[in-house]
Amino acid sequence: MRRNRVTEYATAAVLVAPFVAIFGWMFIYPTIQMVFLSFTNAPLIGNGVWVGFENYIRMFQDRIFWNAVWNTSYFVLLTVVPGTAIALAIALMVTRLKGRTQSLILAAFFLPYVLPITVVYLIWDWLTNFQFGLIQYVIEPIMGKRINIWRTIPWFMPSAAILTIWWTNGFSILLFLAGLRNIPRDLYEAAALDNASRWQMFRSITWPLLWPVTVLCLTIQLILQLKIFDQVYLFAQGGRTQATMVLVQYIYEQAFQKNSGGYAATISVALFVIVVIFSVLQYQVLRVRGEK
Amino acid sequence: MSTVNATAAPAARTSVRSRGQTTSLGTKLITALTVVVAAIWFFPLYWAIVTSLKTDEETVRAGLRLLPEEPTLKGYLFVIQNSDLPIWYMNSVITSVIITIVSVLMSAGAGYAISQLKFPGRQILWTLILASFMVPVSALIVNHFIIIAGVKLLNTHLGIILPMLITPVTVIVYKQFFDSVPREYREAAVIDNANEFQMLFRIFLPMNWGVTTALAIITFIGAWNSFLWPFLAAQNEKMMTVTVGITAVQDSYGVAFARVLAGAVLAGLPVALAYLLFQKRVTQAITLSAGIKG
Repeated sequence: MRRNRVTEYATAAVLVAPFVAIFGWMFIYPTIQMVFLSFTNAPLIGNGVWVGFENYIRMFQDRIFWNAVWNTSYFVLLTVVPGTAIALAIALMVTRLKGRTQSLILAAFFLPYVLPITVVYLIWDWLTNFQFGLIQYVIEPIMGKRINIWRTIPWFMPSAAILTIWWTNGFSILLFLAGLRNIPRDLYEAAALDNASRWQMFRSITWPLLWPVTVLCLTIQLILQLKIFDQVYLFAQGGRTQATMVLVQYIYEQAFQKNSGGYAATISVALFVIVVIFSVLQYQVLRVRGEK
Repeated sequence: MSTVNATAAPAARTSVRSRGQTTSLGTKLITALTVVVAAIWFFPLYWAIVTSLKTDEETVRAGLRLLPEEPTLKGYLFVIQNSDLPIWYMNSVITSVIITIVSVLMSAGAGYAISQLKFPGRQILWTLILASFMVPVSALIVNHFIIIAGVKLLNTHLGIILPMLITPVTVIVYKQFFDSVPREYREAAVIDNANEFQMLFRIFLPMNWGVTTALAIITFIGAWNSFLWPFLAAQNEKMMTVTVGITAVQDSYGVAFARVLAGAVLAGLPVALAYLLFQKRVTQAITLSAGIKG
């Protein structure tokens, strides 16, 4: 019995070891190191001096930092709720279809989601091209002139948001479809017998039963979009990046262009805290739902 | 009385029927709308493919040209022959395949141990994995860079791979599936003197083969698509992955849209195919990792 237990421990250790090693080295260690680094004035590579809360004080007074917080929030605002609403509408349309038609239509909506961001960037950079982009045919009659979208600051974030919704919506659509499939059919049959209209059915059956999935989509999207970097970085390249700077981009700039690892780590800690707060909220929301 | 009833009944029936007809008209309208919206959604991808098949001169001709006048593969040939695309492709294949195999195996082992075995530290490990779910990996880029530079692995495949191996979600999904394997299988295997490794590789993994495929496909897609870390870890053009490299094609050619989009189509092709061939598995993996049993 005792030997059995020893072998069980040994086997478990062998099975768990590779994961624990990588997890410790690439996750726990950098997380702790990040916090330490944020209290130093270290460059990207090399040692620095302990400076206490200096970086944090600097961050709270840094206009570019607050601008990045604002831009990130603005992007979140433009993507999360509108994207989820569009995904719900599309899921309601797709769920009515059957068999092959459904997989074909679903593929059209989902395909962008599996593509790398750089592919999405190249496609949209071409579509929105100032001289030859197809979208200019829509913009020109409305605005009276062509718009250099990625160099016109009021246009930048809304355009990045549209592109992001196009790119990532497949994910939410899938979750909504799974949620819709879990609604018992006989509820609708009973409602049909009561002569309920389509809208009444949606209001009193679909919407309440789909609410948990909606909350899930909203929170997943929220946490995802707080970490926005790729699109904004790629489209702002070569332009005035300051005006459209987002948080991860500011970390990147401080670390890799300004060579200040310590301050970059401080902003990383800020991002870390923001995301963890929202994740805990998400966890609470899901737990409440689980207890019901 | 009876005459009133007799006249009311057919009237009611016709009203039901006409209502049925309007809904079927409504249904058709909604279906048509669905198709239109799907076509709009798909259009940017279609436009990219069409553009990649045009000559550079035709791409900039005015007007909406939905089909290439003289379809050509020149753009493709150009990026394959005149850029590092073949090397980037190899880099992407190598790193993505290794990431997929290693992280799925690693997670299966850890998921199995946490689900089926008792060992000291099990609860702490499980809590840490659940908690790590919340941590934004993009906040760790600076420290990943410092660590990888410290062991002199920048601009190597291993340097690209290492930070991308942390996949707590895969462990969580495996643990949940292994938890639901009936106790009897384990007891029968114990009687047959099977050890834990045989149990994992002969019973638990084969029983959950579908989950493994789903997780492997989604890990591969994620690895192929990741941008930020490979972008930081491989500054040397010869070490870039295709996802990072194709933006370099754009920078060096200026206004040559057929070439640029040919590069984009080639870079997106493996993941698009992975999805189209395994649509059901990808769907399953996504709903599972979001915590919905599909």
